Amino acid sequence: MPQFGSDIFLLIANWIRGLFGANTYAADVVMDIVKFIMIYVVLVLAVMVFVMLERKVCAWMQLRVGPNRLGPRGWGQIIGDMIKLMGKEDFRPDNVDKWPWALAPMFFLGITIMVFAVLPFGRGMVPVDLDLGIFYILAISALSVLPVVTAGWASNNKYSLLGGMRSVAQMISYEIPLVFSLLGVVMITQTFKTSAIVEAQQHVWFVLLQPIGFVVYVIAAMAEINRAPFDLIEAESEFGCGYFTEYSGLRFGLFYLAEYANLFLISAVAATVFLGGWQGPFLPGWLWFAIKVLFMVFLIMWFRWTFPRFRVDQLMHFGWKVLLPLSLANIVLTGVGIYVYQLIFPGIGG
Amino acid sequence: MGDIASGLIFLVFALLTVFSAYLVVSSKNIVHSALFLALTFVGVAALYVLMNADFLAAVQLLVYGGAVAIMIVFGVMLTLRSGNAQNSNLDSRNALAGAIVSLLTFATLGLVVFTTEPWRKTVDLSATGTTTGDISWLMLTKYVVPFEVAAVLLLVAMVGAIILAKGVNDSK
Repeated sequence: MPQFGSDIFLLIANWIRGLFGANTYAADVVMDIVKFIMIYVVLVLAVMVFVMLERKVCAWMQLRVGPNRLGPRGWGQIIGDMIKLMGKEDFRPDNVDKWPWALAPMFFLGITIMVFAVLPFGRGMVPVDLDLGIFYILAISALSVLPVVTAGWASNNKYSLLGGMRSVAQMISYEIPLVFSLLGVVMITQTFKTSAIVEAQQHVWFVLLQPIGFVVYVIAAMAEINRAPFDLIEAESEFGCGYFTEYSGLRFGLFYLAEYANLFLISAVAATVFLGGWQGPFLPGWLWFAIKVLFMVFLIMWFRWTFPRFRVDQLMHFGWKVLLPLSLANIVLTGVGIYVYQLIFPGIGG
Repeated sequence: MGDIASGLIFLVFALLTVFSAYLVVSSKNIVHSALFLALTFVGVAALYVLMNADFLAAVQLLVYGGAVAIMIVFGVMLTLRSGNAQNSNLDSRNALAGAIVSLLTFATLGLVVFTTEPWRKTVDLSATGTTTGDISWLMLTKYVVPFEVAAVLLLVAMVGAIILAKGVNDSK
């Protein structure tokens, strides 16, 4: 059933492929480059919207004014901020560990962008539809703790080092419930493939079948990307700015971009795995995906501006003694549920 | 054309892996060693991808990537007492002992590789069609006993770690 406007990107893709005729190898290479550029463009545009949205949402939640001067209702502010950030001096403090210090922000952003390759942005719009899908996302995200701890150590600053040390404890503790919370959905669909997981939600979204998994995922993912109330590794009131205290100018900009790219990423994974991805009536698939991502982004911003920060021991207790048992119980429950379902409806799945 | 490209990619990642593995042992700074170790693991994961072992590559990144971060933490906590990071990896100077150990390891591995017949075993991929599905199928059918034994081993390690961290209550 052709949906209204749903195939505009697929039409463009087919048109580009048509230009190369029978030479499919050249067409594949060019399409890969186009997809790569598109991921960058979508990412940068989304981050610009999210940064402004964050400032507007926080102003609204906390009865503040927020940016309102440049452009209509202040939405031009982000352009000005970007130009200011790019015009700043590339300042390197003395005695930093030169190469690790310089490379850490680039690797942090690069690792995040790698994950976008497997996200289904719309019907038939997965840049690379890997069999590993979800597992690839988790495996690449596991590396993102390394640039953070490297930046903290290489800055040669005790506050940065403390931030980096906290990041290891926090990100590794919350990675376990994060992985287990997604496992319930994988058990139901019996695949890691992101496109297949979206297809499986045609009739019912997995947030209804896996409510515990969804809650655990959102909490653990917020901790994984170090957003308030889990922003212990960059807690301003405790130690400056944590691991990026010594960064300024464009290098700080890279960390900032990566932070919002991570926000985009966890919202997109939540939309794909739990909220039905691009499935939805009337509107084109990519628009449904964008709406669901924006809903998740708003939800996470809501948490950020209404909850106080965790204390570091509370954080560990919550991760190991609440989230981990909860996600394990969810896996057992899902397994029993699937078994009972197969007893009632024999021949389905298995 | 695709063969040339994959050959070039193999060459790049093989050189990256070997070169960063060399830097792991020759670097004098323990944190630099750990970071090069991470690069080595990424290179090995890329080689797995080129051999169509995509699940293994992802496991390599997931398990060893996080482990390197913990290594950095321990490297910083255990070696930086003197405050001089430039000379924290002093064991890299023991060239003779290192040479003997690595020669023995190389000889053992080489022996195993050259006496294995046939060289390349192709596993039947008909069970489910994906590497992930096949690995899970084999683990829960043919290799279920080793799988469960490894699980018990991990459980024992975890209980041991908790006891070490909490201490035993003596006041009975």
